Amino acid sequence: MANLLALLQNETLKVWKKKRFAVIVLILLILIPVFVYAQMKIAQNSREKFNTDWRSELQSRITDNTNALSSERIPEEWKKWRRALVQQLQYYLDHDINPQTPNAVTFTRTFLDNAVSLFIPLMVLAIASDLVSSERSTGTIKMLLTRPVRRWRILFAKLATLTLYVSLIIITTTLLCYLISGLVFGYSGWSEPVFVGFQVKGADVDTTSVHAVTQGIYLLMQSGLIWFSAMVVAIIALMVSVLVRSTAASFVTMMATIIAGTILANMASSWHSAKYLFNVNLELSSYLRGTPPPIEGMTLGFSLAILGIWGVAALIVSFTVFTKQDILN
Amino acid sequence: MQMQTMAKEIVLSVQGLKKNIGRKPIIHNVSFDVFAGEIFGFLGPNGSGKTTTIRMLVDLIKPTEGKIIVCGEDIDRHPERALAHVGCIVENPEMYAFMTGWENLEHFARMQAGITTTRISEVVDIVGLDQRIHDKVKTYSLGMRQRLGIAQALLGSPKLLILDEPTNGLDPKGIKELREFIRKLAESGMSLFISSHLLSEIQLMCDRVAIIAHGEVIAVGEVDVLVSQAGTYTVWQVDRPIDARAMLLDQPDVQMIGSNEHRIDESLLSTLQDPIITIMNEDQISGWVNKFVAVGIGIHSVQRVAPSLEELFLKLTEGETIG
Repeated sequence: MANLLALLQNETLKVWKKKRFAVIVLILLILIPVFVYAQMKIAQNSREKFNTDWRSELQSRITDNTNALSSERIPEEWKKWRRALVQQLQYYLDHDINPQTPNAVTFTRTFLDNAVSLFIPLMVLAIASDLVSSERSTGTIKMLLTRPVRRWRILFAKLATLTLYVSLIIITTTLLCYLISGLVFGYSGWSEPVFVGFQVKGADVDTTSVHAVTQGIYLLMQSGLIWFSAMVVAIIALMVSVLVRSTAASFVTMMATIIAGTILANMASSWHSAKYLFNVNLELSSYLRGTPPPIEGMTLGFSLAILGIWGVAALIVSFTVFTKQDILN
Repeated sequence: MQMQTMAKEIVLSVQGLKKNIGRKPIIHNVSFDVFAGEIFGFLGPNGSGKTTTIRMLVDLIKPTEGKIIVCGEDIDRHPERALAHVGCIVENPEMYAFMTGWENLEHFARMQAGITTTRISEVVDIVGLDQRIHDKVKTYSLGMRQRLGIAQALLGSPKLLILDEPTNGLDPKGIKELREFIRKLAESGMSLFISSHLLSEIQLMCDRVAIIAHGEVIAVGEVDVLVSQAGTYTVWQVDRPIDARAMLLDQPDVQMIGSNEHRIDESLLSTLQDPIITIMNEDQISGWVNKFVAVGIGIHSVQRVAPSLEELFLKLTEGETIG
């Protein structure tokens, strides 16, 4: 009986030797500088347009909000939100930070927010889509499954490898983003405050639990959520890879599903049951920012639960099919 | 004495195997035993269910009915225990092309406990691949892939080696080497299970054979015994074929076979010019040689030609319906 660690080593090695991860890093190394350049241009533009004294502008916003706090007509939860805003503005003023100038941490944060719906799934699929189907299309599955190892152990090793690479992709993306953008924007910004805790209820934003956290903590929360949605994409891709023999077919199926999700998220606000589809729930980090969800009734907890259910179902299907399937080709 | 008990040890036992794909029965009734140290042939035309049966032997396909026991372990209940005794190549020896031969062997060695680096070097030596073992598999020729496949199959020192059409795609020299190699493995006590669609190949390599047609085993036994049942042709080549034919015609102990009625492999016959195909007993041949010589017919050649696989099938299935 071979132990799982040896199997894990096998699977990890195969993905590595296929140079899949190297390609992903290469893509990141090309794309991130492009975005950094674009961001730099935006920053330059806005500096030229609003060439006013940002310190006095901040000061006047603080004064406005502090005045509003003492007003009787403003409801209590709004006051809470304003208090937090004043806190944030005061922080910028105290630390001599122009909120309009980006830093490496803000850039990474924005990049990750934009990457979660398409770019990260794409990178995950580059690895997940052919994990099983490539063994079938090249015929190596016949060697793999005739060794004295139970089939579920082989699939489990593949799943563990997938988890490893998904984590690695997210860590690498974050790290490269920070390191590359830091060259231009500077490496500071970890302790800048960000607001979290928005809750959207119907048409209103519930701000009762809004509070500020540092950007560092925010980035951590965000990466965690992105990791979760990337894992669900990976697990569903693994299932498709078990079910479909051709790597190309399995990749295209998954990519189409994910793209369909982003389109649906933009237009399905009246089709309520669409919120039970996994592909409209992938943008978990948007809940942190308090952006209204694509479909009414979606909350962070709801999306986590839906993704979790889809993930577990995909795992059950994968393991059942993989352990019972006849290898006929 | 010890040799005899060893020879009777059953390494692979297949009992009443059946497989339906969809509703269509692909394999009806396959049963046979393979003993330790023997070379067992599995003969059948393409599409007869050879590969499907082999896939069931190594747990790639689950049988609908029946049992497969390898060294006392039921493959359905304990595949990991049964497969520890088996090395196999199913169809082509497909390995990971993006890794070197050595990396491939390491990969498969990790899947079974107790395979050391020494053992990997050993099997590389056995198949004679030591020169190229650290090259990527995508640069290998088919013959080298075959060797690497066999090396992989030998890693776990199996008691049973299953090779599916192993001579496919090999040149005559490669086939000869493979045959010798298989003999050597059998002498070391390993059992070999070899499938083929060529009777001549099975005759050259195997001790016993199971013959499969239409998903059913129609005969199991010693290769020589089975082949002799089918009858052998005697093919004459003479300088005056018309006269010779006239003499052979209407003789009670000679059966003349028309050029469209025989079942000899076309490839064998094409090398013979103007053949006279007959069926006669071996002990009659010298008598006929004398008769031809007496009337001045020059004899170019006389040969005994084994029947083709189809002929053997016909005989075997005939026997079945009569019996």
